[in-house]
Amino acid sequence: MLRLPPCSYLRPGSVEEAAELLSRHGERAMLVAGGTDLVPKMKRGQMEPEVLIGLGHLAELRAVTETEEGGFLIGAGVTLAEVSAHRRLAAAYPAYVRAAALVSSPALRNVGTIGGNLCVDTRCNYYDMSFEWRQACGFCMKKDGDICRVAPASKRCRAIASSDTAPAAIALGASVVLAGPAGRRREVPVDGLYRDDGQYYLEKSADEVVESVRLPAPGSWCSSYVKVRRRNTIDFPLAGVAVALRRSGPLVDDCRIVLTAVGSRPFDVSAAAAPLIGRELTADVLAGADGLLAEVAAEAAKVAKPLDNADLHYVWRKQMTRRAVEQAIVEAAGRLPVPTGRA
Amino acid sequence: MTTPAAGREAGELHVVGKGLPKVDAAAKVTGAIAYADDIDLPGMLFCKLLRSQHPYARIVSIDTSAARAMPGVVAVITGDDLPVKYGIMPTCEDELALEHEKVRFVGDPVAAVAAVDEETALAACRAIEVGYEPLEAVESIEQALVSPDDEPIHGYAGPANVHRLAALEFGDVDAGFAEAAHVREDVFFFEGNTHLPMEQHSATAQAVGDKVTLWSSTQDPHYVHRALAKVLGLPMGSVRVVAAPHGGGFGGKCDPFSHEIAVCKLSLMTGRPVKCTLTREEVFYTHRGRHPVLMWVRTGVDRDGRILAMHFRSALDGGAYGSYGPASTLYTGALQTTTYAIPAYRFEGARVFTNKAPCGPKRGHGTPQPRFALEVHLDKLAADLGIDPVELRRRNYVRPFTRTVNWLRITSCGLGEVTDRVLEASGYEHRVKRPGHGMGFAVSSYMCGAGLPIYWNTMPHSECILNVGRGGVTLLSGATDIGQGSDTVLATIAAEELGLSPGDIRLVTGDTGLTPVDLGSYSSRVTFMAGNAAREAAARMRELLVRAVAEEKGCAPDEVAVADGRIGLIAFEEAAALAEARFGALSTRGSYTPPQGIGGRYKGAGVGPSPAYSYSAAVVDLDADGRSGEIRVNKVWLGHDIGRSINELAVRGQVEGGVYMGLGEVLMEAQAYRDGLLRQPSMLDYKSLTFLDMPEVETILVETLDPEGPYGAKEVGQGPLLPVIPAVVSAVHEALGVWVDEVPVTPDKVVRALDARAKGKEPRYGPKSFPQIPYPPLVKVAPPDAATAAL
Ligand SMILES: Cc1cc2nc3c(=O)[nH]c(=O)nc-3n(C[C@H](O)[C@H](O)[C@H](O)COP(=O)(O)OP(=O)(O)OC[C@H]3O[C@@H](n4cnc5c(N)ncnc54)[C@H](O)[C@@H]3O)c2cc1C
Ligand code: SF4
Repeated sequence: MLRLPPCSYLRPGSVEEAAELLSRHGERAMLVAGGTDLVPKMKRGQMEPEVLIGLGHLAELRAVTETEEGGFLIGAGVTLAEVSAHRRLAAAYPAYVRAAALVSSPALRNVGTIGGNLCVDTRCNYYDMSFEWRQACGFCMKKDGDICRVAPASKRCRAIASSDTAPAAIALGASVVLAGPAGRRREVPVDGLYRDDGQYYLEKSADEVVESVRLPAPGSWCSSYVKVRRRNTIDFPLAGVAVALRRSGPLVDDCRIVLTAVGSRPFDVSAAAAPLIGRELTADVLAGADGLLAEVAAEAAKVAKPLDNADLHYVWRKQMTRRAVEQAIVEAAGRLPVPTGRA
Repeated sequence: MTTPAAGREAGELHVVGKGLPKVDAAAKVTGAIAYADDIDLPGMLFCKLLRSQHPYARIVSIDTSAARAMPGVVAVITGDDLPVKYGIMPTCEDELALEHEKVRFVGDPVAAVAAVDEETALAACRAIEVGYEPLEAVESIEQALVSPDDEPIHGYAGPANVHRLAALEFGDVDAGFAEAAHVREDVFFFEGNTHLPMEQHSATAQAVGDKVTLWSSTQDPHYVHRALAKVLGLPMGSVRVVAAPHGGGFGGKCDPFSHEIAVCKLSLMTGRPVKCTLTREEVFYTHRGRHPVLMWVRTGVDRDGRILAMHFRSALDGGAYGSYGPASTLYTGALQTTTYAIPAYRFEGARVFTNKAPCGPKRGHGTPQPRFALEVHLDKLAADLGIDPVELRRRNYVRPFTRTVNWLRITSCGLGEVTDRVLEASGYEHRVKRPGHGMGFAVSSYMCGAGLPIYWNTMPHSECILNVGRGGVTLLSGATDIGQGSDTVLATIAAEELGLSPGDIRLVTGDTGLTPVDLGSYSSRVTFMAGNAAREAAARMRELLVRAVAEEKGCAPDEVAVADGRIGLIAFEEAAALAEARFGALSTRGSYTPPQGIGGRYKGAGVGPSPAYSYSAAVVDLDADGRSGEIRVNKVWLGHDIGRSINELAVRGQVEGGVYMGLGEVLMEAQAYRDGLLRQPSMLDYKSLTFLDMPEVETILVETLDPEGPYGAKEVGQGPLLPVIPAVVSAVHEALGVWVDEVPVTPDKVVRALDARAKGKEPRYGPKSFPQIPYPPLVKVAPPDAATAAL
């Protein structure tokens, strides 16, 4: 089997200490939570940290607490399995819990964390390969090389943002609490955590630890997450769509649409939902009447520019993004309280 | 033809046919079994292979000095240390354990290191400097047919990069077409795929002096034994190969491999045990999996859909080496005739070399591809004629105890019955058609062992020795249990003859130093061949025991019943003591050699003949999404003519496994390349079905009691995979109205077929044409005359 290259493992006593260790060891160090993303990548030489700073043992990262505003604060170390099985979270944030439940497989969800999921590496099938394979192919700019193999004219890496929970968190208006050295803390919207660059995909300083995810009070929002993938388990998203909908009376009052796995960052394409605002989502509309959903989906999917660096044909992935947007709207609408006077 | 007693009636059998747990089940589920990679010997070194990173290149230099200088490195070898060529087929021994002149695919081994641990061995491999001069890589069948600017991949074949050509005609095909009321042509493509066994290959060698023992996860220790003796330059008696308990083969462990040879050489050099376990990625390079095959088929039928003539062409992408290629090529044309009575048949086949991991045998060896093409082609023919596709098939079914136009001897044949049974169970004929839902039907047939060995000889294919003594009952057989349950089959047969339980039989198997020969676990041969050998040995032992008891009791031997641990009224152990006292050491032998005359006498006739054929029929029920092209298989009904189940539980397991593998191949699996590199050399990226993708399987077993199979048994390891693939394609067509004439049927291809239809084009996705291939002049073979054709 592939062997894990030697490295040292540090066990900080607190999140603050973890941030300090990060800052002390600089580029040589990386955080590890569940390790489900990092460890296989270390074995393939995609990442070569000399120092691993463990987070898995930190109890302070493992709590799910209800906030005074009626929202939730979820520690970054909470596992995907714990989120998937959390009843109150499921009732309030179906998109988020669904997304967590659709990540990889049961075994990986038992150790994979929500913090690790937000920070999960971008993916590309020229890059997610062994050292020998990449050497045979020629290295690329994301690791060890200087050009992009899938888009040689591209100035930046086009690896694919592949977190399932990120789009759901963005659609729900969530933010992350980042902890730096010396007790420094800041909170940014999840959307603000990402950059449209496959190589430098996180907008945070290297010594910041994701401490928790804050989900605002659900209010009357209803949400859904639709994941396109080949198999019913294990696979990363080929496209993922989170939708959050709010209604006032029978009419749609607000709608957010966020895509994942269609570019190097999650895309908030809520503007595409404009035609839905002020409309009633009747059964006919949801069934495709007057092409309203198709119009929204086509507009939403415009940002999707898939390349030949993931599974299946990229044209199909683009087509499926549109369809997934429609499905996600239909699913979210199905969760909305039914306006009175209608069956 | 009369049927020699296929065995006693089911009522008289005590353990045969019962669904008893496999003899090794408990040891496997508790983890007690030591697989090849669990072997750990004192002082053992670890070996890693340095592999080519070029699809095609000349080796200019190899410098191992830096690797040799590394602490912990004990030995480094290159092609110069192992200069003897080998290969599974005597006609194409084109492999070197380590290449030293040129590399032919990414993954081709170039050097091997033995070191104190795997990390050091890997680091040393990386320190070896190989100078390459890249050559223009051949990446497709079409490209292989054109003369290369650089030299051909192998010097012994040609024209261009053609490895092997075949052209055979049985009966007057032109006359058949001239007479036909309707003629149809189709082109199909079947993408290559790999075996994906759970267990990666692993081999450990231990040399003592100039003798070496190898433990390996291999399917045929005998062929590995031959290759090792040849390459190492040792007498056969100095080499011993033991097949370790096995974690899955499916044909992927049927060739002798570089890592097996390298560890033996390194152990002989260092005097220490040496182990090599492949990584998952290396398993993808080792491959020998399903050939990508392009196919063209033309069939002429009369007004009623009876086949008058068929012309079948295939082109196989063989990858970089010969492997089983000549056989694989002929298999793409051999078994069309074992399900359908084709009065005139022409087959032209070609295998080409490309710069990819070598292809070889995978479950169904060379026959799933043409079976897919043939069955889908018949569906289309039926539609042309307005005849129900099942009815069209029935009109052409072969009959039992006949001979095919290409001289294959058909004996027991439950084709009609498996058809009836799956149709009835699935309700296929009463289905209500609705968009997005489809059902598909297909049939197939497979061999119960190849009629000829891989290298020419007249010795038995399977031999067994049965010993009874104060230590109990021990059966020695060269057969290798690769998870298919051959140990259970052999123990059950011996137990049946001796009136014992399978658990009473100690098995010593797959060890070329201890057990008599068995050619290996390939071509579904073990139950039939080793089973017959075991039965013969056990029946002879039974006779000795009965004789001893009869003499002791002064009764006639036929008054002595053998059952329930007793010989007559005496306990087995006592009877054994009586017999040992009378006859001395109790040891009996059994052998099996396939009968003569089960195939033809033409060149190429060696591929296809088998002492018996199994028959399968499948119905698939699925939903297909008219927008995304996604397919959800709801249920598969699989009817299989097993002859007789030796162990029904194991038979059902094989059927379900075959259906699983067939679904994987038709829905997603692909050993695909991009610029000479494998696209998906990992279990995450190479898609095969997960638990959550696997539908319900209803297995229906039909027992036709084959006259020559042990107790009437036939094969089940490979056959049930075959009809699943075309049945899915057919069901997708019924659901969506488009044909996907290319396997795997992935959703993006379905959508392209749907898009084509929306644009008013042919509602189809698949290859457009079949290339021009320089087939040789046809070898014309007269079909058997009427008297010979009816056995
Ligand atoms: C076979 C397989 C299938 C997978 N399928 C999916 C899938 O379908 N969808 C999906 O989204 N993911 C998938 N993953 C990726 C991964 O399992 C998940 O994203 C998981 O949630 C990662 O969490 P972790 O705790 O294991 O992260 P780790 O591997 O520990 O870390 C991942 C990254 O995040 C950083 N990190 C971890 N915690 C923090 C923190 N608190 N603050 C800052 N940085 C941090 C690490 O330094 C590392 O760079 C899959 C992985 C595998 C091996
Ligand atoms: S997108 Fe380009 S640069 Fe980024 S990982 Fe893929 S090949 Fe490398």
